[in-house]
Amino acid sequence: MDISTQTTDASPPTPPQPSAAEQKRNARGATRVGDRVFLGLSRGSGILLLVVMAAIAVFLTYRAALAINRDHGNFLTTFEWNTNLIPPTFGIAVLAFGTVVSSIIAMAIAVPIAVAIALFITHYAPRRMAGPVAFVIDLLAAVPSIVYGLWGALILVPHMTGLFSWLNDYFGWTGIFSWDGGAPRTILTVSILLAIMILPIITNVSREVFRQVPQMHEEAALALGATRWEVVRMSVLPFGRSGVISASMLGLGRALGETMAVATVLSPDFDIHASLLNPGGGTFAQNIASKFGEATEDGRDALIASGLVLFVITLLVNGAARIIIQRRAEYSGANA
Amino acid sequence: MSKRIDVSGLTAYYGSHKAIEDISMNIEPRTVTAFIGPSGCGKSTFLRTLNRMHEVTPGGRVEGKVLLDDENLYGANIDPVAVRREVGMVFQRPNPFPTMSIFDNVAAGLRLNGNFKKSELGDIVEKSLKGANLWNEVKDRLNKPGSGLSGGQQQRLCIARAIAVEPNVLLMDEPCSALDPISTLAIEDLIGELKERFTIVIVTHNMQQAARVSDRTAFFNLAAVGQPGKLIEIDDTERIFSNPSVQATEDYISGRFG
Repeated sequence: MDISTQTTDASPPTPPQPSAAEQKRNARGATRVGDRVFLGLSRGSGILLLVVMAAIAVFLTYRAALAINRDHGNFLTTFEWNTNLIPPTFGIAVLAFGTVVSSIIAMAIAVPIAVAIALFITHYAPRRMAGPVAFVIDLLAAVPSIVYGLWGALILVPHMTGLFSWLNDYFGWTGIFSWDGGAPRTILTVSILLAIMILPIITNVSREVFRQVPQMHEEAALALGATRWEVVRMSVLPFGRSGVISASMLGLGRALGETMAVATVLSPDFDIHASLLNPGGGTFAQNIASKFGEATEDGRDALIASGLVLFVITLLVNGAARIIIQRRAEYSGANA
Repeated sequence: MSKRIDVSGLTAYYGSHKAIEDISMNIEPRTVTAFIGPSGCGKSTFLRTLNRMHEVTPGGRVEGKVLLDDENLYGANIDPVAVRREVGMVFQRPNPFPTMSIFDNVAAGLRLNGNFKKSELGDIVEKSLKGANLWNEVKDRLNKPGSGLSGGQQQRLCIARAIAVEPNVLLMDEPCSALDPISTLAIEDLIGELKERFTIVIVTHNMQQAARVSDRTAFFNLAAVGQPGKLIEIDDTERIFSNPSVQATEDYISGRFG
């Protein structure tokens, strides 16, 4: 409490009061030319966006419906993609499997590493080191995906054989890691590549969240005699939890939709293989990229239909993440 | 348990800025000592040197000695983490762990310190909440998040959390400045009870509060902005507020500056 200023401060000069009519107009808003123009512009862009979105949705759903109508196989379960047959026969089972499995593995690899890097940058590294590390991670995000694809195909694939034979030796009995010795252009290689690609986004978002942990939460833990790791566990991770989930979802979104890198590395077929180490399988985006160029009109409709399924999967994943975050909202740092 | 604090020649820095200079004082066990002084005089900084929280701030650094009974907190092989387990702290703004329940908040320090059986933990949590005069208000909702309590309750929860680990000293950094008068009164009553068990040091901007709760009062001041804060005098609270030996203390207390 500042006693002296209370008595010595002169009251500030009162600003000129606007007339009653002026006030009324201001309250209603949008009477000045600038306001009106800006309101029109922002409202117009908002409406335009909705119209464009609706148009896209209508177009895609219409084309997809046409394709599914023509499909002689079962759109959900057929292990085939022959849009040139008469009647055409195709299904998304293999694509859905490949997409989901490769993305989940990528997440399983990338999330722990990303969280660890984010913690290191925000809570462990000396300041002089944190900056450069963060910068390098940012650089990873700037690499175009086709470059990742080329790197994956030319460098990563040949170097995977060691890991593959090790996995085969020790975990081959599970069936998931058995290997026939073929080129490692497989779902597992794709997953590792995807993990590297989604690492920067998860790291960056997590880093921002960890940085925003209120000082007072960390001091609460410190004052109880917490070590640095205990501070992280008691204050930083719980506070950052929903942020890390959001970050992971952003990464997952990218992994689900990644096209060129997968198309460059994977040697696809239309079958679901028990082993992640044998070539085959495919993803939605990769399938669209590799088939779109030579597809007939009907074939394109089929690809559009598969794209819609990918869209639905992404929506479901995001919805699930939101539910997870909401359910813990009572305990989140937001209401502290 | 309650220990005596002897500070001698303590100087603290933020980077190259000297925040407080050459402070020496003795604090007896089972007493309440209040730190008063104008903003920026370094009383909070000094408080934070007593449990080595000052050096958590980037660039924070301390010279001098703080003896807790006869052990120097700044000795060569003293672990700051161990110091903080012995010297508890309550902050200006209530800061319960938002992701933990009321029970877990109180148990947090215990869980850091070692293994307790579940029943044992429950007993200590109950005892601590009772000690913080909060038990009756929360006993039916121990599993609800601590952040759902009112500000005053949250602050008492933080006190319960701090005393659960049975520290020797309890530091309070303006514990009532974010609270309404009723909650403030509750905390002040609590301080009166807690001094039976702990050595208590409290920073306050409220001189009436210092007069109400403390046995001894230390007045800090700084010569000018940017100059380090210094201890002007420390004496029995009654004397400080009736007949201080330094003119600046009297000027501050009577509201002539600050």
